[in-house]
Amino acid sequence: MELLNFSYPANNRIARRAHVGVVASGDLEILMEPSDGAHAHIVVNTNIDGFGSVWRNVLERFFLRFDAVARIEINDFGATPGAVMLRLQQAAEAAGRWQ
Amino acid sequence: MAVTDQDQEAPSYLIHRSFIEMRARERARAILDPGTFRELLGPFDRLKSPWLPRQGVVAQADDGVVVARGTLDGRRAATVMIESAFQGGSIGEVSGAKVAGTLELAYNSWENGRPTIVVLGLESGGVRLQEANLGLAAIAEIHAGIIALRAHVPVIGVISGTVGCFGGMSLAAALCTCLVVTREARLGMNGPEVIEQQAGLAELDAADRLLIWRLIGGEQRYSIGLADVLVEDDADAIAAAVRAASIHSPGKSPAPSTQVIRFLQRLKCINPAEPPDAATLRALWSRETEP
Repeated sequence: MELLNFSYPANNRIARRAHVGVVASGDLEILMEPSDGAHAHIVVNTNIDGFGSVWRNVLERFFLRFDAVARIEINDFGATPGAVMLRLQQAAEAAGRWQ
Repeated sequence: MAVTDQDQEAPSYLIHRSFIEMRARERARAILDPGTFRELLGPFDRLKSPWLPRQGVVAQADDGVVVARGTLDGRRAATVMIESAFQGGSIGEVSGAKVAGTLELAYNSWENGRPTIVVLGLESGGVRLQEANLGLAAIAEIHAGIIALRAHVPVIGVISGTVGCFGGMSLAAALCTCLVVTREARLGMNGPEVIEQQAGLAELDAADRLLIWRLIGGEQRYSIGLADVLVEDDADAIAAAVRAASIHSPGKSPAPSTQVIRFLQRLKCINPAEPPDAATLRALWSRETEP
């Protein structure tokens, strides 16, 4: 099991907190909450060790478009990068954009 | 060519909303009156298992149990849906406490003149092995909670499949006022894989799905009187079955777990040296012929 931390500069706000997914084989759970400051903070708990660079790639790509200040907790049970991206987009959609 | 004819009836597999394919939160929403779902101790409360990460297993923010308040046809209700996709719906210290705590809350609620029907989604492999005795203790509390509550308000169990309900939670299922199952459900003390591992392939081939469902599947369990209602895997059908069960006044028919003599008589007609097959057992323990 590995714990990874990431942080990205962000400008926008999300409207509400969002929870998607399940810690099930090949899937993951995401908890996204509004926060203060100028960064998005992401904590990844994953049961598969040694894929830090893959996580960085997926998250960097997601934050090219997401750009919102938020606290994001990811509990991963072996989701593929494609599944991770879909779940992140699902969470972002559920969290909405702060007007 | 795309189907454009509006009059043409959609095939049944499109009309049906599969309960099995829903996650725990969706299941609770499907059972409760629309718009009444209100979650207690949700994922953002982060009541996780403290034991799983120490053993290299990623914890889930709600520990795999979704507790919600709401109503059933306007009457106060609570649903406890076990998320079978997380650790096989296993019961650990936290998830077990959430189930037992809900039963206790409902009991207190009854004592204060506000009866609350409890619906349990029992999709569970039983105790979570990583949490051993803490899980077992929680399951004992769940049993005691159901027995205390069912004297006053209905406690309705639902096993939809396809994980099924095993171990200590199968006892919880047997303690319910009413048990609703689908054909895809399974109900038993030991799971087929465990039996095969412990007693060998000659005893039971866990890969033989037809055999497994004939033995412990929902239809068989209903036919021999170990489940009360058999429904299709359809969210509306399950919600309707739960509502029908929730209007029965408690204590009207004695709970199966109090019918000791009846079940002892059932056991007497079986010779363990020649274990009956599924069809023979149905004939011996038929719900139609038995008083």
